[in-house]
Amino acid sequence: MTALRLLFLVAFGLALFIAPLGQGNYIIYVLCSWLIFSISAMGLNLTLGYAGQISLAQAAFMGIGAYITALLTMAGVHWIVAVFCSIGASFVIGLVLGYPALRVQHHFLAFVTLAFTTLVFLVLRNEDWLTGGSLGLVGIPRPVFGPFDTMKQLPFYYFTVVCFLITAGVMAWMLHSPWGRAFKALRENPIRANSLGLNTTRMTLLAFAIGSAMGGLAGALQAPLVQFIEPGSFTLILSLKILLMVIVGGSGYFFGPILGAGLVVLLPEMLRFTDGYYLIIYALLVLVVMIFSPHGLIGLGQKLLSSFKPREERGDLKQGAQL
Amino acid sequence: MHSDTVLSVQDINKHFGPIRAVNGVSFEVQKGEILGLIGPNGSGKSTLFNCILGQLTPTSGGVQINGKSVAGAQAHELSKLGIGRTFQQLSVFPEMTVIENIIMAGQEHKGTMLTRLFGKSDAGLTGEAEEMIRFFRLEHLRDEKAGSLSYGQQKLLDAAMAFMAGPEIVLLDEPAGGVNLTMLQYLKERLITYNREHGTTFVVIEHNMEFVMSLCTRIIVLAEGQIIAEGSPDEIRSNQQVIDAYLGG
Repeated sequence: MTALRLLFLVAFGLALFIAPLGQGNYIIYVLCSWLIFSISAMGLNLTLGYAGQISLAQAAFMGIGAYITALLTMAGVHWIVAVFCSIGASFVIGLVLGYPALRVQHHFLAFVTLAFTTLVFLVLRNEDWLTGGSLGLVGIPRPVFGPFDTMKQLPFYYFTVVCFLITAGVMAWMLHSPWGRAFKALRENPIRANSLGLNTTRMTLLAFAIGSAMGGLAGALQAPLVQFIEPGSFTLILSLKILLMVIVGGSGYFFGPILGAGLVVLLPEMLRFTDGYYLIIYALLVLVVMIFSPHGLIGLGQKLLSSFKPREERGDLKQGAQL
Repeated sequence: MHSDTVLSVQDINKHFGPIRAVNGVSFEVQKGEILGLIGPNGSGKSTLFNCILGQLTPTSGGVQINGKSVAGAQAHELSKLGIGRTFQQLSVFPEMTVIENIIMAGQEHKGTMLTRLFGKSDAGLTGEAEEMIRFFRLEHLRDEKAGSLSYGQQKLLDAAMAFMAGPEIVLLDEPAGGVNLTMLQYLKERLITYNREHGTTFVVIEHNMEFVMSLCTRIIVLAEGQIIAEGSPDEIRSNQQVIDAYLGG
């Protein structure tokens, strides 16, 4: 790791801890949302940005995670147990959905996962004996860890930061392992990867299931943050929003979804002073980013950085690329 | 079957409706041999290659590797059985560096899925990858993205990747296609050296006659899905049937 990168990580970590100080409850709530959606978008980034498969089911997995956590914690189970149940269930459902769904790819897979999101919404809305139907579930408790009670907004924020940092750490470690290289190989040239011994079906399925599990984790944090969940919160619109986070931030880059979630969650809040125009300005900004940098905000940053760097011409290219 | 036979193709037929793309082709390849597979366009070379590599299911017939049938085996399973391949089109991972491409080519053969997750990030392959890079003299491009390499350099990288897992047989699909003369000589020299040093068996599909005649120890000529001649490069050069069907006056 370069000194610059280490410095950036320390500054980012410090900023996370300083950001809510002196802020009101609403701003802290928005910051929590950003971190939670970053986790969900990091999961989708694994499926889309690394394994190259488009999924519109991330909202459904957030919903599954949120409802499992809500039902269990409301029944008196501790959040720690509930979160592992949410992650586990989302992973298994991801595997079960992915096994047949990943026989089709790209936009066909998008339609299959879209159908799944609709199916989950219908189950959440219609099975009101379990899910509370359209009225949802109210009064979801926030976790308590001995003397550390997350009932207030600031402690809950720090609790979310810890969950976010653990998830980001695990993700970084996984992407740094040979698995990360295999995921990239899947995206760049699956036929070649297969011929080199990579079981592409199994690896794609795994990426999809891990991405789904991260959606489940985000849902398990969303439920105690909002303390009220209803099926309408986990529809296709949310899946598209998470997809936007990944693409605008920079699909296939580690920090891409974190930046993207920042843009999608924080920017509309920052633009509220423009009254009714904020959605128009927000949409225009997203359009501009996408037109000038199809690789998202990270791609834009890299473009800017490389324009300041002196260019070194490669010797072999100077010689006419004989070798 | 000869005791040194590593690849045995037995009466392969592949029909696409009424078209008989491959029609009863049988041959054996011995350990350490460099076999050329030549023929005019549409003679069934690529179809036969794809049947051997499990990308097409033959209508009938079978393929054996070291005496073991590989019917229905998928590409990754064949790789684990010791079959490497290169592709007709450029086939590298363009956004990865040269060394990452080569490590990727070997990592799936190291340990299990779980040990790879918990093991070193390079799967302990940096040393071997550096050696392969040196063998193909790509040292100056070690940290360049594969997509930024010239066509010929990518062909070399493709070959290096095919050899990284130490395969017993490598199937090379038109390795000379689109490569300039200097690079071609270099590629040929490297392939021959690798073959001599490691005893690796090669099966080569190629249209460049000079390349294939100087590289291969034995050549099979296909026309209309059937073998029309088989022999040493000199025998093939003087075979009237081959001259009529493929080489020309």
